[in-house]
Amino acid sequence: MSSTQIKKPLGLQILIYGFVLLWFILAAFPFLWTVWGSFKVELDFFSKADWTNAISGARTQVVYGKAFTGAGYDGAWIQEEFWRAFRNTGIVCFFTVLTSLTIATLGGYALSRSGFRYAFWLLIIALIFRALPPITLVSGYLLPFFQWNIWGILPTTIIVLVAINQPFTLWMLHSFFQKIPKELDESAKVDGCTQFQAFKHVIIPIMWPGVITAGLFSFLLAYNDFAITAMLLSQENQTMVPKINSFMGTTQTEGNVMFAVAAVVSAIIPLFILVMFFQRQLVSGLTAGAVKG
Amino acid sequence: MAMFLFIALPLVSVVSQSFHVPHDKVLITVENCDPFGCTSQTQIDHTLTQELYEAEPLGQWAGLGIYFDRGHLAITEVGEMWRGSSDLGDFFSTLKNLPFYRAMGFTLTFTFVVTPLVILVGFLIALAVNSLHQRLKGLMIFFSLLPMIVTPLIGSLILFWMIDSRGIIGTGLQVLLENPDLSLKASTGLTWVTLIIYGIWHAAPFAFIVFYAGLQTVPKETLESAMIDGATRFQQIFHVVIPHLVPLVAFVALMQLMDNFRVFEPIIGFHAEAHATSLSWIIYNDLGGETRLLSSAATTSVLTIIGVSILLAPVLVRTWREFNPKG
Amino acid sequence: MLKKKIAFAIAFAALSSSVWAGCGISDGRVSIVGNEFPAIQAVGSAAAECAGGGVEVTKNLTADHQKINVQGMTGNPAEYTTAIIANSSIVALMVDDVIRPLDDLVAKHGQDIQKHQLVTVDGNIMAVAFMANAQHLVFRADILEAAGLNPPTTYEEMLVAAAIIRDMGLMQNPVGGAYKAGWNIAEEFVNMYIGHGGEFFEPGTAQVSINNQAGVDALHMMKALSHFMNPDYLTHDSNATSAEWKAGNVAIMNMWGSRVGPLKSDEVAAEVASNTDIAGPMTVGGGSIPASTLWWDGWTVAKNISDEDAEATFLAMKHAVRPEMLNDETKMLAVWLIEGYEPTAASRGVVAAAQMGTKPYPMVSYQGLLHSALGAEIIDFMMGKEDATTALADVEAAYTAAATEKGYL
Repeated sequence: MSSTQIKKPLGLQILIYGFVLLWFILAAFPFLWTVWGSFKVELDFFSKADWTNAISGARTQVVYGKAFTGAGYDGAWIQEEFWRAFRNTGIVCFFTVLTSLTIATLGGYALSRSGFRYAFWLLIIALIFRALPPITLVSGYLLPFFQWNIWGILPTTIIVLVAINQPFTLWMLHSFFQKIPKELDESAKVDGCTQFQAFKHVIIPIMWPGVITAGLFSFLLAYNDFAITAMLLSQENQTMVPKINSFMGTTQTEGNVMFAVAAVVSAIIPLFILVMFFQRQLVSGLTAGAVKG
Repeated sequence: MAMFLFIALPLVSVVSQSFHVPHDKVLITVENCDPFGCTSQTQIDHTLTQELYEAEPLGQWAGLGIYFDRGHLAITEVGEMWRGSSDLGDFFSTLKNLPFYRAMGFTLTFTFVVTPLVILVGFLIALAVNSLHQRLKGLMIFFSLLPMIVTPLIGSLILFWMIDSRGIIGTGLQVLLENPDLSLKASTGLTWVTLIIYGIWHAAPFAFIVFYAGLQTVPKETLESAMIDGATRFQQIFHVVIPHLVPLVAFVALMQLMDNFRVFEPIIGFHAEAHATSLSWIIYNDLGGETRLLSSAATTSVLTIIGVSILLAPVLVRTWREFNPKG
Repeated sequence: MLKKKIAFAIAFAALSSSVWAGCGISDGRVSIVGNEFPAIQAVGSAAAECAGGGVEVTKNLTADHQKINVQGMTGNPAEYTTAIIANSSIVALMVDDVIRPLDDLVAKHGQDIQKHQLVTVDGNIMAVAFMANAQHLVFRADILEAAGLNPPTTYEEMLVAAAIIRDMGLMQNPVGGAYKAGWNIAEEFVNMYIGHGGEFFEPGTAQVSINNQAGVDALHMMKALSHFMNPDYLTHDSNATSAEWKAGNVAIMNMWGSRVGPLKSDEVAAEVASNTDIAGPMTVGGGSIPASTLWWDGWTVAKNISDEDAEATFLAMKHAVRPEMLNDETKMLAVWLIEGYEPTAASRGVVAAAQMGTKPYPMVSYQGLLHSALGAEIIDFMMGKEDATTALADVEAAYTAAATEKGYL
């Protein structure tokens, strides 16, 4: 089809490119601006005096003698040990995604094959849970966690994140598995496979699109979470987002804001790599999954 | 099971919390001294309060008391306003004075403006990106996703810096509109517009990626036959592509209604508390003060859940029918 | 692992048979929760010097400390052995009864703590204060000189000065102030109301009474000031106000003493930095009490911990705020109440505030509820949607609902 695609009229072509360009600017500009600004001093970045300072770096030149400085990065990564938060985020994300996907894959498959109409109730639970503002939950968790002495450590946070996101992933994968025709694994069973073998040989090879999508959602949740990680982790176990927030704090000290900006840029880079790496799988995966349905 | 433990227990505790209030405090006046001198101030008598606590560890049973107080549904106040106001418009403007209804006003506006626009914008981007050259697509997909994958707290902060009346966007708008006094943060209306645009900007990528994936699966045969039948480009979109994407629209709408109803981070990020509050913000505010209002926060949470359920009821009924083909 | 540690600690204690690092502690657990500003970071680091041997020191210094300190001290044993708090936040710990009286520890180890550092409630020592803070006047010497003005000593003079500066075209919005909706604007109201001689509650009860002439005057003064502020003033907390100052857009403001130092840093244009000067807080409405509040920060010791840990905590925190911790760097961070602290140029304003008889922020458990109610309800007045009496009536109604829920009424 794409090879035989009919030629678009020039006007439409321009319209499309214009629209995409506009969206590109809207979507990317704030981030490019931040990247640029992260090499300046605070007064230039905020440029309360005159916005052109943010481009030319007037104050930065006064302080450092040049228009760019790595002071923000130096402060964030070396002085404030941002790498710790980076590592913690890595751990939290990895285990959250792993656990919630394992449960959701097995659970979603089992539920979708069991005939009973779980889906609706799963959906309800998932909805209620997404509807409940996380801060309410956290305030409920705090006291028992302190009493059991499990506050502040990474596993607790991982379990909470998994629990909050689980109904949603379960529901997503459940619907996904339901789209895979039952005949597929039934025919495998006819060929003498057990239910588990059928799952292993028939379902696993074609389930990746759904799993990747669900995984991406739980990854983003864990990566970006603020309400839960800010309240449940002790200082040395903090993940990136609360750490960035603590750079800004209630009473900003000189330069700390630029640590935050530099840290924001640093926190986007892994996402950059991730999306670069997964986008093909994601889209082709989504496509393949839906086509199978 | 951990899941049910973590889900069900807090839920039960939140609901039960919302029906209870802390005990009456027994107050006494005592002499307090600090580095600046001594004053006599009122304090709580712990021994007496402790006795009350042991009698009823959960707190006092308040029933629906909290639900009806001024911070929430404000039954008495609303009744008085109803009697005191001359017409409906008057009534609604006095209603805005109560925190719950003020928050509700913004929450509902935000939800109902942002959700359809997100779907529309997401759809347009998906269409446009889909018709791009293969190599450009990858790049565009990545940049399109940026507003969504960056945590809202930080995304809104970045924009907040930029829209300051002397930031780049703020200055740009002043020049464009030839109004040097324009400030997006000073008036309620403009703050709402800013928050809504931010909401669309943040959520459009989600709609985009879902629709984009959906577009890949539009049956080519149908498109081709439509083309042979002489359908124009727009007719193709209307009669083939959109019907194909309807289930996805329902999915996106469901997620968006829910997330928008809980709008919270942008309000904090944009420092917009003066002009716009939401239900989630009320909860945050109750929990964040020097004295934490647990029962009040729990009540607002329950009301939020009820609100979401009402909003989603149509979608849920549809789903229920789907699961019960005969129903 | 833990056993090993203990064994090691015992062995070490036996070997050295002396105390560790001069803190006077041989073993115990010290865990600190507190706010994150630089002065408290310095105290935290000083306490951490006591770690080693059998002493374990951990700290969690975060802006969210108020959300976790009560729960963190409720468990038994408590996660935190000490909370660093201010006069507004100690009450939450006392309401839930999670901090212990320090009289016996002070008697045993605290002879050298100055008497005025001890915060007592009903005769029991509950906290040890180590620094003070207050809002006071900050002004641009060059701008005031150009306008031919002296630094204002009352808010009325401030209004006059602002009008002159604006009329002369020196600055469009010469007045600064942390008027952000919520805590900040409520704090400004508290200042202004006290300056007008108002009392927040009916004596001996939790019954609020602010809907009076003092309240109305306070609101009108705030509104008058806001006309000379950046139109975005409802979004400006003290960070944003400081940023405005550094950018040279503001000439007079009421600002926290602890925030003055950064206004004169290297990054700020020399013209602004060198002309930034301070004076004591202003009075308002012909009153003699400054329209400001005094604050202290201090440390407490948790109730639900073993006496050994409490003793270790007491000693470590005492070590953290000992006179020797003052050096050239820490001296600039705050107005310390520690013995041997000589007021610096930057602390002149806070010292003046104390000398002028500024009232401390009320150490009352339901003041926080009133503060939240103020922060949410006076906005309508500031935006011109309501008159002062209605706004104050709304505050009272919101407070009453909250205080009823908490059992104060």
